[in-house]
Amino acid sequence: MIEENVVIKTEHLSKEYKLGVINTGTLRRDIQSHLARLRGKEDPNSKIGSNSYEKGEVFLALDDFNVEIKRGERVGIIGANGAGKSTFLKLLSHITAPSKGKIQYRGRIASMLEVGTGFHGELTGRENVYLNGAILGMSKSEVDAKIDQIIEFSECEQFIDTPVKRYSSGMFVKLAFSVAAHLDAEIMIMDEVLAVGDMKFQKKCLKKMRDLAVEEDRTILYVSHNMDTIQELCSRCLVLDHGKKVFDGAVEEAIKQYLGGEKDDFISHDYTADKDDRFKENVRHHAVNLTRCAFNGITSNLFTDDEKVPIALSWENLEDVENLGVRIEIDDYRRYPVTSFVVRNMYSGKKGESVSQRFLLDVSKLSNGVYYTRYIFFRKAKGSRVDEDVEIAKGLVIRRYNHAVEHEAWLKTWGSYMSDGVELID
Amino acid sequence: MQNNDITVIEAKRGLFTFNLKELWKYRDLTLLFVKRDLKNTYKQTVLGPLWIAINPLLSTSVFTIIFGVIAGISTEGIPQFLFYMSGNILWTFFSNCLNKGAGTFLSNARVFGKVYFPRMSVPVSGIIFHLISFMIQWALFVILMLIYLFTGAPVRPNLYIALTPVLVLQSGLLGMGIGLIISSITTKYRDLNILVSFGVSLLMYITPVVYPISQVPESFRWAMLINPVAPIVEGYRYAFLGCGSFHWIPWFISLGVTALIVFFGVVVFNKVERTFIDTV
Repeated sequence: MIEENVVIKTEHLSKEYKLGVINTGTLRRDIQSHLARLRGKEDPNSKIGSNSYEKGEVFLALDDFNVEIKRGERVGIIGANGAGKSTFLKLLSHITAPSKGKIQYRGRIASMLEVGTGFHGELTGRENVYLNGAILGMSKSEVDAKIDQIIEFSECEQFIDTPVKRYSSGMFVKLAFSVAAHLDAEIMIMDEVLAVGDMKFQKKCLKKMRDLAVEEDRTILYVSHNMDTIQELCSRCLVLDHGKKVFDGAVEEAIKQYLGGEKDDFISHDYTADKDDRFKENVRHHAVNLTRCAFNGITSNLFTDDEKVPIALSWENLEDVENLGVRIEIDDYRRYPVTSFVVRNMYSGKKGESVSQRFLLDVSKLSNGVYYTRYIFFRKAKGSRVDEDVEIAKGLVIRRYNHAVEHEAWLKTWGSYMSDGVELID
Repeated sequence: MQNNDITVIEAKRGLFTFNLKELWKYRDLTLLFVKRDLKNTYKQTVLGPLWIAINPLLSTSVFTIIFGVIAGISTEGIPQFLFYMSGNILWTFFSNCLNKGAGTFLSNARVFGKVYFPRMSVPVSGIIFHLISFMIQWALFVILMLIYLFTGAPVRPNLYIALTPVLVLQSGLLGMGIGLIISSITTKYRDLNILVSFGVSLLMYITPVVYPISQVPESFRWAMLINPVAPIVEGYRYAFLGCGSFHWIPWFISLGVTALIVFFGVVVFNKVERTFIDTV
């Protein structure tokens, strides 16, 4: 069996779905198809001209997935749509059965794949707390013991005896989440439930979840596309891709793995060599073609203290351009914008010319960490007051390190901008 | 209060591992479903739960007028209203349980897709909900019967009344068993859904609900009694009104069929329950 401190263990877990229409949906046609197959004839119900899926061809939503989760861990699960995150949670919470492999877990699982499942509009808030609690596996006496806490947490005291159909959607979500947050289960599963509700309540929920894990040794599994909440809540992170586990470890590393996927130590990039254009983004009117970016004159992308960042961009004009401008955007490791450097009316030129321009960026205010740059070329569109983007490309990666803050590590939650403009006033 | 029980989820599960213990653990949920249904059915109505009593009175009146007065079907001397009411309330209970069972998967697909609880608690709560309605209607029926009895109508309640709980429970379980089988099939074949309402009303006419079995030609009577609902309705009516007779052998067969259907229904339901969300 599983070890004492392991609460979830999966072995060779797979879930397959049949591709195409599962059946025709009516018995008559199913029999028709089946008879035709028996007699070796063509299925009368297969679509003409469609290169139909081979019989038995399946889609693996989860493919030989092995993981061990220990008590008290807060595990974030990230990955693109269709990576298998929700499938895993569904298997774990008994909603559908695996095709292969097995799952073992200790204690009770409370799954919140959706907030307010089973809430009934005609019942009052209080009645819904009991109903929802029961659906999530609480007995009446357990709810009795916690009802006051639940109502208080939900901030809905005033409306608790009103049918929930009259609630605002925010109140509805708050009440529903409160029930889930007060479950006594040893394992809590959440699928993006925090994506609703106002920011203040979201923070409150995250704090509650983390407290549960830290103080009461609950184990938490959390799926989200919001890297912020993953960072705030989780102590460990899994990255899934096409039903397989591709990373398992520290949260920051995982987020980098998931968002990045590109080298972050290169000092120049040749766009023309990049056949599949992973670095370029679509623009409506493509007037210039960025061919190369580089940190000119240096051999490392690590910039310390007051060191400025020299960037050289080379491009060719696909047509005559006038008053071309460029904006260099800096994003943090989560790809959230930090700041931009804007140069207007930088250049005008004729079609076919190849141009190079050097920039020197002052990044001394950026805190320690990894930053991504993007280059946006723009110009005034004719007859319009807004700028028109004519080329957008992802680019080099900047690593920042400040000796000054070495002894007091700059925390992630302190932000990416190091401000020094504070005075004490008597 | 750390719970350390280990649960194992595997790809295959035995055909007959029906988790009764789990269903019992979720009994509060089952009762809350009943409460929800009660509240939901009579929300924003002026008469509220009074409708439980009014409904059978209205439909029985219609039966009395159509089958009794217009068609003139014999009720073997029993007051017509009482005769039709006896069959009507039991049949309503049976068909409600059947419909509730049949809709289990399709009408709860959304909730079932998001959270796990023993799926069986839904049809079980359905039986309890309809049983409550039935008991109210049954009390009304008994009161009416007593009134008729004291005014000297030829009503002859007898000792078979002691079998009432068995008969009522049997009709509920039979309805649910059929419902569960239908529900399991409708996750793949929606056709059956359409057939259900048609089939149920058809079944009522081959069950002695609006006529006594003595009115059926002798040569067809055996065919009537193969229908497992028929001996229940006929037996129930005999117990309270004393019309017709109690058919022991058909009833025993009916009991056997009920047990078989419930067993089969639970097994199929149990199997479909695990992955129906992938096909529904």
